[in-house]
Amino acid sequence: MALFDLRLQEVHNQLKKKELSVADLVDASYSRIAATDDSIKAFLTLNEEGARAAAADLDKALAEDGEQGLLFGLPAGIKDNIVTEGLLTTCASQFLRNYDPIYDATVTKKLKAAQSVTIGKLNMDEFAMGGSNENSSFYPTRNPWNTDYVPGGSSGGSAASVAAGQVYFALGSDTGGSIRQPAAYCGIVGLKPTYGLVSRFGLVAFASSLDQIGPLTKNVEDSAYVLQSIAGYDPNDSTSANVEIPDYVSALTGDVKGLRIGVPKEYLGQGIDPKVKEAVLAALKQFESLGATWEEVSLPHTEYAVATYYLLASSEASSNLARFDGVRYGVRADNPDNLLDLYRKSRSQGFGPEVKRRIMLGTYALSSGYYDAYYLKAQKVRTLIKQDFDNVFQNFDLIIGPTAPTTAFPIGEQVGDPLTMYLNDICTIPVSLAGVPAISVPCGFADGLPVGLQIIGKAFDERTVLRAAHAYEQHTEHHKQRPRL
Amino acid sequence: MSITRTDVEHVANLARLELSEQEKEQFEGQLNAILKYAEKLNELQTDDVEPTTHVLPVYNVMRDDAIRESVSNETALRNAPEDEDGQFKVPAVLE
Repeated sequence: MALFDLRLQEVHNQLKKKELSVADLVDASYSRIAATDDSIKAFLTLNEEGARAAAADLDKALAEDGEQGLLFGLPAGIKDNIVTEGLLTTCASQFLRNYDPIYDATVTKKLKAAQSVTIGKLNMDEFAMGGSNENSSFYPTRNPWNTDYVPGGSSGGSAASVAAGQVYFALGSDTGGSIRQPAAYCGIVGLKPTYGLVSRFGLVAFASSLDQIGPLTKNVEDSAYVLQSIAGYDPNDSTSANVEIPDYVSALTGDVKGLRIGVPKEYLGQGIDPKVKEAVLAALKQFESLGATWEEVSLPHTEYAVATYYLLASSEASSNLARFDGVRYGVRADNPDNLLDLYRKSRSQGFGPEVKRRIMLGTYALSSGYYDAYYLKAQKVRTLIKQDFDNVFQNFDLIIGPTAPTTAFPIGEQVGDPLTMYLNDICTIPVSLAGVPAISVPCGFADGLPVGLQIIGKAFDERTVLRAAHAYEQHTEHHKQRPRL
Repeated sequence: MSITRTDVEHVANLARLELSEQEKEQFEGQLNAILKYAEKLNELQTDDVEPTTHVLPVYNVMRDDAIRESVSNETALRNAPEDEDGQFKVPAVLE
C-alpha cells in the first residue's frame, strides 16, 4: 500500500497541498482491509461510518485552518482491549462480545486530540493472554508473511494490520511482550514504553503492575510520533508517572557514536534459533560500524523470569478479572439458580480456556497457605531481576538482543502446551518485570519470516532507545520489505 | 507441592468458575506442570530480598475531594444484562 509507505511529513504535505484528502486515506485503509482481511483476520470491529464522518470533519478543518494535530488524518487501528466510547470493545472474549463502552480510554482521547482516524478494533488473544492470537474467542489472526503462521500476540491483530498496510499505525498493549513479540513476528516496529509513561485508564486490566500501551508502526519515526501523542501523566491512572515528556522526534538524529551497548549472553544462549542469532549479531556489527560499542553482559536471573512472570501476572489477572460477574456488563448466563450460580455460570460460559487457566493459577498462588511460597516468592525474585538491569545500566546505555528466540511458528503447533508457549517470551518478560522501555525493530529474515531486534533502555529513556533504533533502521532495508498478500 | 483434583475444585470455587470434568482433569495436569516449573524459584535464596509490587516509587496517590461530573444513571446502565427502576437487577441474594 504505497500511500501508507509515505513518511508522515510527506502525508501532511500532500494534505496541505490538496493532493490528498483525509477521505482518501480512510478509503485506502478500508480498500486494503477489504482486499486482505479475509486472509489475515486482523479486525474484529470496523468503524467505517464513524471514520468517514471523522474524515469529512478533518477535511473541513483542514480547509478552514492550517492547525493540525500531530497524527492528523492518519488511519489508526486500536487493540480491542482499549475502550472506545460507542465502539464495541470485546477483548476478543465472548464475555464482552456486546460490550459498548460508555467512555474513551485516555489514549483514545489523546488520539482524537492528535486527530488520527479510528478505523476499527483489532483482534488479540482473549484478555491479552497469549502469544499467538490463537486465544481469540472469535478467530485467530494470521501472519501476513505466511498465513499458515501465527502473527504473535497478544497484539497480533495490531501487528498484522500494520504489516499488511491496512492502517498507518496501531496501538497495542504489552504485559510480557505483547507488543514487541508480534511486531518481531510480523516484521514491523513495536514499542513498549516505560511502565507508567502512558496512561492505562481505559485499558482493560490484565496484570496492572505490568500492562503498558504502546505504538505498532512500520518505522521508528512513526513510533516516535505516536508515542509523543499518547505519553503523559493522567490523574485517572494513579500509577501514571508524573514526569516531563521530552520531544521524541527530535531524538532521531541518526547518531549513535559512543553509545555503549550490553548484549546479555542469556538472550543468545540455549533455545535460540541460529538464524535469529545470526541476524542479531549482524545488527550489532551494524551498530559497531556506526560508532557504537558493544560487549557481552549478564542478566543472571533471566532463567527465573518466565516462572516469576506467570505467577505474578496470573495472580493480578485473577484479581482483575473478578469484576466480570455478569451483573453490570458483559454476558449473563440464562436461568441462574441464585446469585452465586449467576457468577459461576456467566464466567464459565464467557471465558475461554487460557483465561480460565490463568485465573486458576493466580487464584491458587494467592490462596491461603500458598501466598508466601508462590506470590511473595515471585515478587522477591522480581526484585532480583530488576536489579540485573540496574547493574548493567550502570555501565551501558542500552541492552540489545533478540525480541524472541525464534521466528513465528505454524498455527496450531503449540496449542495445548501452555508452558512451551510461555517460553517464547523469555527475552521480553524480564524487561516487563523491570518496567523499562524496549522496542522491537526488524533485523532480517529467516526462512521467509521476519526477525526482531530488541533494544532495551533505562527507565524513561525512550529518547535513546528511539535514537538507536532509528539510526540502525536508516542503514538497513529490512523495514521496507512488505509481505505479498 | 502438587495439585490434586480436590485442590482444583477448591480453587475453582474461590474463582467462581464452574468446571466440567474434562476441564478439571486438564487443569490438574497443566497447573501441576506450571507449578513444577515455578519451583525453580526455590533455587534462589530470597530471605533478605524486598518484594517488588510495583516498579515506580508511587504510593497512596490522592486527589482533591472535589465534586465533579459523573456518568448519568442511564449511561451507567447501558451495558446492564438486566435492569429495573434504574438499578442493576440480580437474582435474590438471600433465599
